[in-house]
Amino acid sequence: MSQMTMVQAINHALRLELGRNERVLVLGEDVGRNGGVFRATDGLMAAFGPDRVVDMPLAESAIVGAAVGLAMGGMCPVAEIQFLGFIYEAMDQMASQAARVRFRSNGRFSAPLVVRAPFGGGVRTPEVHSDSLEALFVHTPGLYVVMPSTPYDAKGLLLTAIRTPDPVLFLEPMALYRSFRQEVPEGDYEIPLGAARVVRAGTQLTLVGWGPVVPVMEEAAERSAVSCDIIDLRWLSPIDWPCVLASVEKTGRAVVVHEAVRTGGLGAEVAATIQERAFLSLEAPVMRVTGYDTPYPVPLLEDDWLPNLERIRHAIKRTMEF
Amino acid sequence: MADNGLTPELMKEMYYYMVLSRAVDDRMWILNRQGKAPVVYSSNGHEAAQVGSAFALNRGEDWICPYYRDLALVLAYGMSVRDVMLHLLGRAQDPNSGGRQMPAHWGHRQLHILTGGSVVATQDVHATGLALASKVLKDGRVSVAYFGEGSTSQGEFHEALNFAAVHKLPVIFFNENNGYAISVPARKQMAVMDVAARAAGYGMPGVIVDGNDPLKVYEVTREAAERARSGDGPTLIEAKTYRFVPHSSDDDDRAYRSREEVQEWKKRDPLVMFEQRLTEDGILNDDNLTAMRQQIKDLVNDATDFAEQAPLPDPGTLYAEVYGS
Repeated sequence: MSQMTMVQAINHALRLELGRNERVLVLGEDVGRNGGVFRATDGLMAAFGPDRVVDMPLAESAIVGAAVGLAMGGMCPVAEIQFLGFIYEAMDQMASQAARVRFRSNGRFSAPLVVRAPFGGGVRTPEVHSDSLEALFVHTPGLYVVMPSTPYDAKGLLLTAIRTPDPVLFLEPMALYRSFRQEVPEGDYEIPLGAARVVRAGTQLTLVGWGPVVPVMEEAAERSAVSCDIIDLRWLSPIDWPCVLASVEKTGRAVVVHEAVRTGGLGAEVAATIQERAFLSLEAPVMRVTGYDTPYPVPLLEDDWLPNLERIRHAIKRTMEF
Repeated sequence: MADNGLTPELMKEMYYYMVLSRAVDDRMWILNRQGKAPVVYSSNGHEAAQVGSAFALNRGEDWICPYYRDLALVLAYGMSVRDVMLHLLGRAQDPNSGGRQMPAHWGHRQLHILTGGSVVATQDVHATGLALASKVLKDGRVSVAYFGEGSTSQGEFHEALNFAAVHKLPVIFFNENNGYAISVPARKQMAVMDVAARAAGYGMPGVIVDGNDPLKVYEVTREAAERARSGDGPTLIEAKTYRFVPHSSDDDDRAYRSREEVQEWKKRDPLVMFEQRLTEDGILNDDNLTAMRQQIKDLVNDATDFAEQAPLPDPGTLYAEVYGS
């Protein structure tokens, strides 16, 4: 065990898997000599050589498309998109290639690949550098989507993702890359596909969120007199519905929190499923605390645009008083 | 011909696949007009380019990444006529997609025919990824992306060629230039005369070949494959050819091509020209031609009957193979 930041834990997982499986290959912009713009792939090219850690030309569609070809050719590629907002350039390769290879070939081909991408707000990078686009990919059958909120989860989830025989989009909250350290085992461990994490047990209200909002939810619960159950979904596709529903059946109240814009966001799916499957347990409508329906704002507005402590506390209060 | 590895037997086999493809193609149109096949995409006119290039590869071993025009290619690569007909009619046993894709979306794992989507040029980057896998795994395979000239306007064409050239990957980009992307002529697709001219911008050889001559196509493809296998990187081949029929069974090419132009190209029908040549060389004669035609007719009839009687996909399999885990 050692204390690691999330970005160190990600590096650790990649190093472990490159060493364990010779078919694993890392590719992306600046991932080689530079070790990635966030240093997630630091030292990997020196350790494993330029054929296993490939500096790609600056072209997102070629990065994801090459990963699709590599995967169908028997490799286990881990591609990096430098910022999630740039993945629009590779949208066809994600949604109509990687996600559908298995279905369209009736299982004769598959694309076991991982696309890693930093995303999210709070680091003063306006517009596409901060976009939270998870809903686009959860809306794409054939893809798995996962998002860690701790260093421990980052390592275990990435190892699971690389070993999953389907394409996985691995979303890394930039704001959490170096925000805190945690004990992370040196060795190998996986976190099961589709398993949410109960962050904190409570009795009066369920807070459901993922990625960068998890520490904010924790702080809101700390400071609240309301006893909150906190669920970090981790896997956004597939969602751990038994975990969410058991919590809501216990508490009778739920608030969903995400950084992504509100309309058509994944929070709507969570709220809809709760009312479909746990309606008689509900004491109040399911509330959402989300980004607003605008492109990601200028730094001056960022702290208010994001689901901050105050907005979560307000939602808890309104739900309790309904 | 002795130095290029092509024996009379192989040339006869090339001719066989060209004729087989045309016969399967003709039957597909009949099945469409009978209301049995939803849509047809023809290789009619492209047979020499496709079969000539296939024979220059390790068929069934090297990766090919076809597009919808490549019926003759996949037949020459080992796909059976029954499998083609199962695919056309969307039957459960279709090895390409289990009836899940539109006709002419080829893919066959055992034969190393890569599954493809409908968006053009996506296979260019897949071929490049496969070639990177071959480089790392040192398996000696070459990957070949096949595509029309219209798709060279796509960003992914550029991304694939650039990446492949930088990393000297064992890949061939094989363009079947028939002059039209559905209705849009090549002069509205690009401001250069030849697709091959684009190769210079990527630092790879660009080769123009008569796409209606299977032996010339064979030779340039063989050279490109040797170059790829020896670590010298990719080649862009442009096979100039023509499709003799509309883009698809839902298209009417009279809207954009004159009948005179089509007739002019039909004088250079690759089947007719190759048959003349092989007859003159004594490789084909009336007897073996008659036998071959009968064999093909029987195969096409058998495959049609077989596919028509084969079951459709079970609706209960809707959720199968969305995920593997």
